[in-house]
Amino acid sequence: MKTYLPAKFMVERDPERCIQCQVCVNQCTFDVHRHDPDQEMVRSGEENCVGCHRCAIFCPTRALAIKRNPLDYRENYNWRPEVIEDIIKQAETGGVLLTGMGDDKSQRIYWDHLLLNASQVTNPSIDPLREPMELVTYLGQKPERVEVERHSLSLKTKIAPQVKLEVPVMFSAMSYGAVSLNVHESLARAAAEAGTLWNTGEGGLHPSLYKYGGNTIVQVASGRFGVHSEYLDAARVIEIKIGQGAKPGIGGHLPGEKVSAEVSMTRMIPQWTDALSPAPQHDIYSIEDLAQLVYALKEATDYAKPVSVKIAAVHNSAAIASGMVRAGADIIVLDGLRGATGAAPKVIRDNVGIPIELALASVDSRLMQEGMRNRASIVVSGGIRNSGDLAKAIALGADAVYIGTAALVALGCTLCQQCHTGKCAWGICTTDLALTKRVNPDIGARRLANLLRGWSLELKDILGGMGVNAVESLRGNRLHLRGVGLTDTELEILGVRMAGS
Amino acid sequence: MRKIYIKEQACIGCHLCEVYCRVEHSQSKDPIKAFKKESPQPLARLSVEERKPVSFSIRCQHCDEPSCVYACLTGALQKDARTGTVTVDEERCTGCWTCILVCPFGAIRRDVQQGRIAKCDLCAGRDVPACVANCPNEALVYVQNKAGLER
Repeated sequence: MKTYLPAKFMVERDPERCIQCQVCVNQCTFDVHRHDPDQEMVRSGEENCVGCHRCAIFCPTRALAIKRNPLDYRENYNWRPEVIEDIIKQAETGGVLLTGMGDDKSQRIYWDHLLLNASQVTNPSIDPLREPMELVTYLGQKPERVEVERHSLSLKTKIAPQVKLEVPVMFSAMSYGAVSLNVHESLARAAAEAGTLWNTGEGGLHPSLYKYGGNTIVQVASGRFGVHSEYLDAARVIEIKIGQGAKPGIGGHLPGEKVSAEVSMTRMIPQWTDALSPAPQHDIYSIEDLAQLVYALKEATDYAKPVSVKIAAVHNSAAIASGMVRAGADIIVLDGLRGATGAAPKVIRDNVGIPIELALASVDSRLMQEGMRNRASIVVSGGIRNSGDLAKAIALGADAVYIGTAALVALGCTLCQQCHTGKCAWGICTTDLALTKRVNPDIGARRLANLLRGWSLELKDILGGMGVNAVESLRGNRLHLRGVGLTDTELEILGVRMAGS
Repeated sequence: MRKIYIKEQACIGCHLCEVYCRVEHSQSKDPIKAFKKESPQPLARLSVEERKPVSFSIRCQHCDEPSCVYACLTGALQKDARTGTVTVDEERCTGCWTCILVCPFGAIRRDVQQGRIAKCDLCAGRDVPACVANCPNEALVYVQNKAGLER
């Protein structure tokens, strides 16, 4: 069938600069560039270009520019090019439209409508270059009160297992199979260096990474891929994955082409078979069932590790979160509308779930109203882009955040949204051994550790400006936030006052 | 002596080492002029061997027992006793290709235009050879010994 889809991008090759070295040819994984031996020339066929910019970055003479194809339809606010092209795709394939990364639509990003406070005159700001500034965060259940032995001054209260983070940013769940082993190694090494945690996702932990177990969160998801006793023992935290922000209500889907020998071994499934996670955990149909799994995992690991439960932020998050805490979760993770994925139906990704800012505020408020905010730490993910978002999340009540997309961008990702094809030109979201080499873990770990270092320096600057010297003083302190351009209802849910008031 | 070692697991087969080698051994040291204008055309003194997913770039290893030096008919190839570098005196090279026959690495290339060989000189005059400095994935290292490079 002849496709009616126009090319999304144009490749502009400057003939003055192009030296015919063919680096673009060997770097493109979508067959856009090819060498024509008859004419001894490199040519580009734009119809396949996904706009990942790998060729432009690697071109030694900067001869390439990738631009949006200006082919415009007649102006129509309702029938935008994306809407038209989605229909064309489905008319030609008859399938579910798959995509990668997170929701890219224009729903309100509340972070951009929240502003942070700073000290002026009546309270001094603090210079983090001259005075100590504390970012250390402990995740886990906190006691309601602490009792101390009168004479020895030792602690009488039994403290639940805690995890120390040097910086309140962790790497979110990305499974081995979805991303490559080199990406996992980069994340693990960066987490170890920065004193934080990374998350295996639902695909198990490769044997070569067990040495980073002290910085690893292992996931137990609906498919139970790669879950066994050594896996649980190796971890610092165990996370039960109920849902993810990119596709609430839907299970994971790793296409068989990505299940290589190593992936098959780690996931404990046959090679080249699709890894389909059921949509729900079939042993969890209620809060009581969740409690059984939480305590089964605690029992299996001698009550030595916190157990986390991750859900997608949906309409009823606050009530669900309350149930999760009652079920014994030490950490609850909320993954918002903008949370990303390696593959999801586009209609789900862009239409299901709620913004993380609103979910976080309502969950934090709800747990405080019920007097049990101390019983679990809150971690949020899904669209945390920079240290500003991080500071605002903490002020809204988060103990820490997860970053996934930001971490991948640090490794080279340009959000071309082709993760589901397994052809990632940046070598991130693929298991093709010729491509996975493109992420060198030595470089990857350095880039990720640099990112975390940059954010922690900025967070210290933000805290200092507010006149506080510990991230604890910002946590849940919504008076440090003001809203702009928000309705009364939005402000009420966020628990934030209007700027100027 | 410092040598160039290859981290095969990090080589992505982009061939940028060849590009920068050619530029470094050009008159102008400018990629556009070197590739498009210069005559004789500068040659890369290394090449990338590939059978996906394996790839690595190969160049003169500056061997301790250099067969090419022993085989050279004119004495153009010499091992510098001080630096350990195997060098070619381009004036004395007659283009007989005997060295190419004996090199166990296939690291010597023919410069047919000029009737002589082209081989890696570790970028005399540079602190770090151009291929190493420009490898985008740090697959090439320039170090004393290769201990610790294997994973």
